[in-house]
Amino acid sequence: MTRSTPVIVVAVAALCALSGLYQKPRGESEAVRAFGRLPVLAEGRMKPLDSLARSTLLVIQARQRVVRPDGTEITPDQWLLDAMFYPEKADTYRTFVVDNTDLLLLIGKNDESLAIHYKSTAEQLGAILDLLPTRQRRMSFSEIEPFIPAIEAQYKLAEPVEAAARTQFQSAVVQLYGNLSRYIRLRHAILPEKGEDFLSELLQLEETLPAAVEAVRAKEAGKPHDEAKAGAVIAAGQKFISMSESTDILAIPPEEGDPQHGSWRNAGQALLETFGQGFVNPSVLAYTGMGYAWRHGEEEKFGHIVQMYGSSIGKRFPAEVRKVRIETLFNAAEPFYACMIIYLAAFLFAALSWLRWQEPARLSAWGLVALAWVLATVGIATRMWLEGRPPVTNLYSSALFIGWGSVALCLVLEWAFKNAIGSAAAGVIGFATLMIAHHLALAGDTLEMMRAVLDSNFWLGTHVVVVTTGYASTFLAGMLAVIYVLRGVFTRTLDKGTADSLARMVYGIVCFATLFSFVGTTLGGIWADQSWGRFWGWDPKENGALIIVIWNALILHARWAGLVRQRGLMCLAIFGNIVTSWSWFGTNMLGIGLHSYGFTQAAFWWLTAFIASQLALIGIACLPPGRWRSFRA
Amino acid sequence: MMKELLSQLRSVVVSLRLTVLLLALSIVLVFWATLDQVHLGVWAVQQKFFHSLFVFVAVGQIQVPVFPGGYLIGGLLLVNLISAHVYRFKLGWSKAGIWLAHIGLIMLLLGELVSGLVQQDFQMRLDEGETKNYSESLRRFELAVIDETDPAFDEVVAIPESYLSRGTVVQSPKLPFRVVPGTYYANAALQMRSQAPGAPATPATRGMGPQVAVTPLEVTYAENERNTPVSFVELAGPDASLGTWMVSPDIGMPQRFEYAGHKWRIAMRPERHYQPFSLTLVKFTHDIYPGTDIPKNFSSKVRINLADGGSPQEVLIYMNNPLRFAGLTYYQASYDNNSTILQVVRNPSWLVPYIACAAITLGLVIQFMIHLVAFATRRRSP
Repeated sequence: MTRSTPVIVVAVAALCALSGLYQKPRGESEAVRAFGRLPVLAEGRMKPLDSLARSTLLVIQARQRVVRPDGTEITPDQWLLDAMFYPEKADTYRTFVVDNTDLLLLIGKNDESLAIHYKSTAEQLGAILDLLPTRQRRMSFSEIEPFIPAIEAQYKLAEPVEAAARTQFQSAVVQLYGNLSRYIRLRHAILPEKGEDFLSELLQLEETLPAAVEAVRAKEAGKPHDEAKAGAVIAAGQKFISMSESTDILAIPPEEGDPQHGSWRNAGQALLETFGQGFVNPSVLAYTGMGYAWRHGEEEKFGHIVQMYGSSIGKRFPAEVRKVRIETLFNAAEPFYACMIIYLAAFLFAALSWLRWQEPARLSAWGLVALAWVLATVGIATRMWLEGRPPVTNLYSSALFIGWGSVALCLVLEWAFKNAIGSAAAGVIGFATLMIAHHLALAGDTLEMMRAVLDSNFWLGTHVVVVTTGYASTFLAGMLAVIYVLRGVFTRTLDKGTADSLARMVYGIVCFATLFSFVGTTLGGIWADQSWGRFWGWDPKENGALIIVIWNALILHARWAGLVRQRGLMCLAIFGNIVTSWSWFGTNMLGIGLHSYGFTQAAFWWLTAFIASQLALIGIACLPPGRWRSFRA
Repeated sequence: MMKELLSQLRSVVVSLRLTVLLLALSIVLVFWATLDQVHLGVWAVQQKFFHSLFVFVAVGQIQVPVFPGGYLIGGLLLVNLISAHVYRFKLGWSKAGIWLAHIGLIMLLLGELVSGLVQQDFQMRLDEGETKNYSESLRRFELAVIDETDPAFDEVVAIPESYLSRGTVVQSPKLPFRVVPGTYYANAALQMRSQAPGAPATPATRGMGPQVAVTPLEVTYAENERNTPVSFVELAGPDASLGTWMVSPDIGMPQRFEYAGHKWRIAMRPERHYQPFSLTLVKFTHDIYPGTDIPKNFSSKVRINLADGGSPQEVLIYMNNPLRFAGLTYYQASYDNNSTILQVVRNPSWLVPYIACAAITLGLVIQFMIHLVAFATRRRSP
């Protein structure tokens, strides 16, 4: 390695990360991408169809990529097009995750019928070692469809049970039922059930509309009328009513000159206006036309309609469309995914610097951390701009922000101490928090709207940001302590100087954590006093934050009292990880209180595993100094 | 000997070891209390863990103190903190941050103690156009005996629920009869007797009572459930008993009777807290995000009418923007169809945490800056 190595390493990483912006996804035409950029109003906010496709896929099948029965892969946008306009095809894609064995039994599956049989010996070995899946996790809608009545019956039994009290089977049933209805609502976003020929139905309706409406009026007035025409109008009306009730995706923009700028509605609602206004809503016609072209594989026609509709929307809603375009770009760039890989590389370089090539490897690690941090900053800033909110609004964004804050502190530490420890800690925390964020994204749209009680940018910007910084710094102190223990016990690299500077780092970060967790908790109390009339209410999340404050204060007092020295300080700091993770996730799992954002069963397992690992590390740290490889004479 | 013991005690009281022990105990207490909330609800947990000297756990039939409660730990922390500062008193800038932070902490602890003792919570429910000059307690009830003879105003005698539960007989100069509380249930379910044929006999002889079957229930502490107390009350005139009424907040219909030429009504209702002004709900608005059922905002426009006839003023109460007026604070808490539910809080010490927290924050910042500057100077001069 030479002195120019760090520059090359960082430059290559930066190029790889930025390529996401220019790279075109495989097999996706420009027309499909333009379709993904069309705005709709769903879950309370304006978003591109691309985001709708991605977040739906993450919820129902825990990944964005869709594999068709013939083994080929399609993008989220292509899947959405199939789901909306070619449901017979989309129904056969395996896009529903079912893991619970009792639930599998309910839909007529068991481990044996789902087993994946590998041909090559290497793959078989991989399966035995749990590296490759041994059974299908995903089912298609058509496989599940015959069992929907049974699932619905179980859902009705499970739904009244409080989320925290549900058995695994009950939660699985509720989740699957929710996913199925989410998919069905998507399928009915534009077309009715059995809507293969909906375009010609609409065109015919438009043609005969004046005569048909006349016939209905005559029928209502009890005068002679054309029974067939009147009947057709009434049937169409009934169809539109049922359409308007079977989706929650508001894809149709308000008409030009509509005084109520905000009234987006779904296709059925827009079609019901046909009879009053005397023509079929042009946006519905455009979407139905896209569907027709997509179904019949008329790529050129499809692209043409998307382009026409897109430009007319762009003229009428320039601000919204610009926002939605940026969101689509943000989706495609996947900045946090790139960050994750760079953090991992940074950790490897930092560890390398303790063994060989000290200075070049250390500088490479530092450069990579800085690069990933800048990328994360851009990502978080983009999210803030899209939402018009401070950085932390839900669990997902808290994970992003904890990582971002910790890494920022690490950059400062590395700048001050120059021993690669800051970069190593940054690599691990950055990677881990983004991993956590990725799993939290499986719960749905991560840019979701804020409930009324949280709707205060001032308090979100102060209390939440400061308390999350407190979490981040407590985790960082714990991480540094973990590095101390692992390097000390298992390697010979923890010399006196490194040990002392680690101890100083931990102490400094604990001071910082005390300040921020205290101020953040206090600001929360003031917010609570402003909105509920009590400074402190012993709500689980408040208690969790309070415990972090007390724990940090305890570490400081124990050190001042001389109760702990270096190793003791490290043990206490590692326990800080447990305290913080409990406050971050554990309090939500109780399913009570004002901050309970929902119970996550998988998170419970991971939390338990994490706590066990930290206790094990404390146990290792308590080994007598003679057993530490670095301290042996 | 005695002197030695005292100095030993003193060195324990002022020691940092005691501080660390108390901090550790408080963490356990808070953690345990948080877990127990799942079963007890937040209100009962506060009484059991924080507003107590000891945490009691039932072993068989006996309540055994097993852990120090919030008052004990908080009190000891205060003693430890104050005595340590008095004992080690040294004036100097190097400790200024620690001093400030700890003084703030003392204020915070005392402030929370005071607000725990004096803070009162009520609720006010208003329909659009409705005017009220009182708010209602969330948990406490009262027996109201109302003289309705004069259509212009009601003469009310309100008897707290505790009198009913203890069976205290009430004689008031405003009433021509004594109120003699009988059987009392802190929580019970009511059912029409026609729907519960096998129900046991009732002591009630007048009003709705004879037609209603009462089933006692366990007292609940859950956040979203309320207790419905039921009491049987006998009214005893100078010569003979008027009869026994069953009262409960769940009885929808008014129970009226006539006695001594006056028209009376008897009812159990949430305890009322009257204020020297009234509020009128002018308009309640409530929005959801389009296409969802997520509440976006809700707000109440209310008019404050002063009793002295001053000009009324209109204010908008919404989330995170309460109305503070005459020592009371009105918060937008919830809503029910088109009526708004305001949370009403009286807490004279509400300002204390603000000052205390500012002091602690400033103290911590000063102290850690001193550390940081020392660290930086040390590094710069090798």
